[in-house]
Amino acid sequence: MNSVPADVRLPRPETVLSAHSIEEIEEWMSRFPDDQKQSAVLAALSIAQHQNQGWLSTELMDAVAAKLQMPPIAVYEVASFYSMFETRPVGRHCVAICTNISCMLMGSDTIVEHVQNKYGIRLGESTDDGRIYLKVEEECLAACCGGPMMQVDHVYHTRLTPAKVDEILDSLD
Amino acid sequence: MSDDTIQITVDGTPLTAKRGQMLIEVTDAAGIDVPRFCYHKKLSVAANCRMCLVEVEKAPKPLPACATPVMPDMVVRTASKLAREAQKGTMEFLLINHPLDCPICDQGGECELQDVAMGYGSSASQYTEGKRVVFDKYIGPLIATEMTRCIHCTRCVRFGEEIAGIRELGATGRGENVRIGTYIAKSVVSEVSGNVIDICPVGALTARPSRYTARAWELSQQPAVSPHDCVGSNVFVHMDGSTVNRVIPRENESINEVWIADRDRFSYQGLKSSDRLQVPLVRIDGKLQPADWSTALSMAADKLQDRDLGVLVAPSVTLEELYLSQKLGRALGSNNIDHRLGQSDFSAQDSAPPMPWLGMQLNDLESLDAALLIGSNIRKDQPIAALRLRKSALKGGAISFINPRHFPLHFEAAELIASRHDRMVSELYCVARAAGADLSAMGDIPGTEGDERHQRVAQSLKAGERAAVLLGNLAVQHPRYAQLHYLANALARVTGATLGMLPERGNTAGAWLAGALPHRAPGGKAAPAGEAGLTAAQMIASPLKSYLLVGAELEFDAANPAQAMDALAAAGSVVAISSYLCDSLSRHADVILPAATFTETFGTYVNATGHWQSSRGMTNPPGDARPAWKIFRVLAEQLQLEGFAYDSPEAITRELQALCRDVQLGNLTEFSTAPAYSEPREEAMLRAGETPIYATDPIVRRAPALQKSLDGAQAFASMAGAELHKLSLAEGDSVSVKQNGAEVRLPVKLNDDIPEGCVWIPAGLPETASLGELFGVIEVSRA
Repeated sequence: MNSVPADVRLPRPETVLSAHSIEEIEEWMSRFPDDQKQSAVLAALSIAQHQNQGWLSTELMDAVAAKLQMPPIAVYEVASFYSMFETRPVGRHCVAICTNISCMLMGSDTIVEHVQNKYGIRLGESTDDGRIYLKVEEECLAACCGGPMMQVDHVYHTRLTPAKVDEILDSLD
Repeated sequence: MSDDTIQITVDGTPLTAKRGQMLIEVTDAAGIDVPRFCYHKKLSVAANCRMCLVEVEKAPKPLPACATPVMPDMVVRTASKLAREAQKGTMEFLLINHPLDCPICDQGGECELQDVAMGYGSSASQYTEGKRVVFDKYIGPLIATEMTRCIHCTRCVRFGEEIAGIRELGATGRGENVRIGTYIAKSVVSEVSGNVIDICPVGALTARPSRYTARAWELSQQPAVSPHDCVGSNVFVHMDGSTVNRVIPRENESINEVWIADRDRFSYQGLKSSDRLQVPLVRIDGKLQPADWSTALSMAADKLQDRDLGVLVAPSVTLEELYLSQKLGRALGSNNIDHRLGQSDFSAQDSAPPMPWLGMQLNDLESLDAALLIGSNIRKDQPIAALRLRKSALKGGAISFINPRHFPLHFEAAELIASRHDRMVSELYCVARAAGADLSAMGDIPGTEGDERHQRVAQSLKAGERAAVLLGNLAVQHPRYAQLHYLANALARVTGATLGMLPERGNTAGAWLAGALPHRAPGGKAAPAGEAGLTAAQMIASPLKSYLLVGAELEFDAANPAQAMDALAAAGSVVAISSYLCDSLSRHADVILPAATFTETFGTYVNATGHWQSSRGMTNPPGDARPAWKIFRVLAEQLQLEGFAYDSPEAITRELQALCRDVQLGNLTEFSTAPAYSEPREEAMLRAGETPIYATDPIVRRAPALQKSLDGAQAFASMAGAELHKLSLAEGDSVSVKQNGAEVRLPVKLNDDIPEGCVWIPAGLPETASLGELFGVIEVSRA
C-alpha cells in the first residue's frame, strides 16, 4: 500500500475529526501493527460517520486518509463499497427494511410500500425535514425468524405490520 | 538444463518455461495468442477480466492464463472447445455494459476490446436490459474520460499504485455500480499520467489534446527520440498527413521500458504555436520586418564579422546544431561558446569530465542499495529515470536527498536533508566528512560535524554494494556548484559509490561532446588556440559586441534573465537561429533566421548514458523555416568559411563521431585545486527556484495542455507558514518581489516544503522572466 501522495494536500485530522473521534480511532489503530494502519479504516470511517449525522463528507474521508496515512482514493473506495457508509447527507434516523428472501416471502414489499407512501419518498431518499432516511438494504440482516423486519438506527424490529411500523416511526424524534 | 526449467505443452507444441512463470508469459513468448484485458507485462496480476481462460488438462474448469503458474508437464489448450466457450462467455459479459459507440470513439481501430470482440465475440447479445451509464468527472487537461466504456480491468489503477507511485485512480462503488475514477473531480498530478491512455484496453481513457481529430488508421507512424530530458525516451510520432497528431511510447527496455513522461507525450502541441517563425525577420529602423532569405543571411553574416562574438546555444537543440554552433563561432575566431545557460558557477569547469553522464546504465538505477541525490527534483526533471530509482526504493534501497527544499516524491526516501540553498554545501560537507573523506584541502570548517542524518547517509553509501552519488539539475545551477561537485567527488571516492550526473536538458551531454563550451573543443579536447573563451555567465555579465543565439530564449534559459536582457540590449548586434519568436528576440534581435525543430529535421540526442540516438525529419517546417544545419551551411558560405559544405546532416554526425572516438566516460576526477568553502549567507531572505517541468525548453513552454496542468501553472511565490507569519501574509495574497531593480507581483502560496528564510520562485515562466538570479538575494513585501 502506498503512502499518501505527497502532492495531495490533506486536512490535518484534528481540524476535521473531533477529539473523541480521534481518541477512538487511535484506540483502533493500536490494535494493528504500525505499518498496517490502514487495517483500522472500517472502524475509523464508522467513527467519522457517527460524528457527522450519519454520512461521510469528502473532507472527513480525507481526514481519515491523513490519520491512517492512506491515499485518499483508497479511503473513498472503502467508503463507497460498503453499504453501511453514506457518502451524501441523509436523514438523521436510518430506516433499513430488509427485503431479502425470507422477509420478502413474509411480505416486506407491503412494508416498503407503506413506508414510502407514508413519507412520500422512495428507498434511498430522505424526508425534506431531515428526519427519516429510507436506506436501501442490500443484505439479509440475519433475523429471518422474525420477518418482515427492519433496523432503525441500531435497533432491530421484527414481525412488522403497517400499524407496528407507524408506531415505531412516529415515536422517533 | 537448469533446475528451474520445465517442459509444458501448449496446443500440442512442446515449450520450455521457467518455474514460477505465469502461463501467459510463456504463450506470449512463443507467439501463441491468448486474449486478455487486465494482464499487462509491467503490472501485477489482477486476473479480474477472465478473458484469458484456457483449458488445462486435469483442471476441473478453465483457468486464467495470467494467474496460472506453469507446472512440469502441464498440457494446455488455448483454443479447445472448452477454452473457446469460456472466452466467448467472458466476452459476452464484458460487452453487456459496453456502449456501441465505436464510430465516435477515439480508440476505434486500435482498441483491444474491438479486436478481441472480433475474434471471440458474437454478432448478437442475449442481454436485453438497460445498459449502465457513468457520468464523467474532469481529471485534467491531458486525459479525456468516457467511463461508460470502462470494463474495469484496473490497469490504470495498478499503474498509479505500482509504476507512477501515486494512487489517484481507484475503483469506487460495488457490483454493478463500480466505476473507475478519482471519485472527486480533480486533476491528476502524476507527471507520467498519460501512460494510462496507452494501457487502457478500451476508449475509457484517451488523449484529450488529440481527441476527435483523427482516426487511428489514417495516421502514419515514424520513430523518434524525445528531446526533453536526458533519458532520451523512444517515441513514435503519429502524423495526420503532414501534421503531428500525437506522440506515443516506443518500447525500449534499456531506456524507457514502455513508458514516457507526459512532457514527451504532449509537447508536440508546441510545434504549432502561433509564434512559430515562418519567415526570416530583420530589424530595419528599429522594427523587425519580414525579409527574404538572401537579405537576412547577408545581414546576419555582416553582423557576425566581429571577433568579440558570443555564441549562446540552448542545450535542447540537436547534436548537429550544437556542433555547428561552436564550429562557426570558432571559425570566426571566438571561443566564447556556451550551452550552460542556466549555470552560474563555472570555477571547476576544467576538472569536469568530457561529458556529464549517469555513471551507469538507466536500468542500474533499479537496483541500487543506496543513493544520495544532490540538488535533484528527479521526479519532475527526469521522470522516467525517477520511475527506475523508485524501484530501488521499493526493494529497500536507501535513497537520500540533499536539496534546497523538500520535493514531493513518489517513494519513501531514507533521508531528506532540505535546507536553505546556501547551506547545501555544508550539509554535503557533513556527509562527506562522516564518510571519512579527506577534506583538508577545503579547510577545516567549524560547525560541520553534522548529526545522525549525515551519519546515516554516509553509512548507507559505504555499506551499499551498489551505491551512487548523483548530481541533479539544481546542483549544476547552484551558485556553489564547484564545491558541491568537489564534495560529491570526494564522497563517491571514499565510499566507493558511483558518481553520476543527471544532465540537465535533453542534449546537455551532447553539448559537451560537441564542444559547445568555451574551454572544450569537440570530443572533450581542450579548446583550440590554447585559450578558454568566456562562459555563458561572463558573456552575459559584461556585454559583448555581438551575439549568436541558437535556440536560446534567454529570458527563460539564462541563470540571470534580467542581466541577459541588459546584455542583449547593450550588444551591437544580435543574430538568432530560432524556431519561435520570443520576447527577448522581438526586442533585441537584429536578424532572426527561422529554423526547423523536433520532427522537422534530422537530429541526434545524446542521453545520460552516452547513447547517441537520431530521429529523422518527418514533417515540413512551417513557411520558409529551414533545418538549422542548412542555415549554418549558407551562413558559413556568406562568411567565406570552409568546412561547412555538408550534403546531409548525417555527414555532420559522422564528422563529430570521428572526433569523439577516444572519449572515455568517467565522472570521478582530480581537482587541480579545491574550491574555497564559503559561509552560508547572512541575508534574511533568499530566492530559490527551479525551472519547472513544463518550462524547460521552447517547445514545452508552448504546449497548451501541459501548461494548463498543475505542473504548468507555477508562477507563485511559495513560502513556509512560519515565513508567511513573519511577513503577515496569507495564501492567495499578492506580494511584490524585487531583485536587482526588477519588480514582479506574484500570488503567495503556502508551502511548508520550503525552508525558512527562503522564497521559492521558479524560472522559465513569463511571469518571472524579468527577475535576476535564481539563487540570490530578494526582497519580498506585501503588494
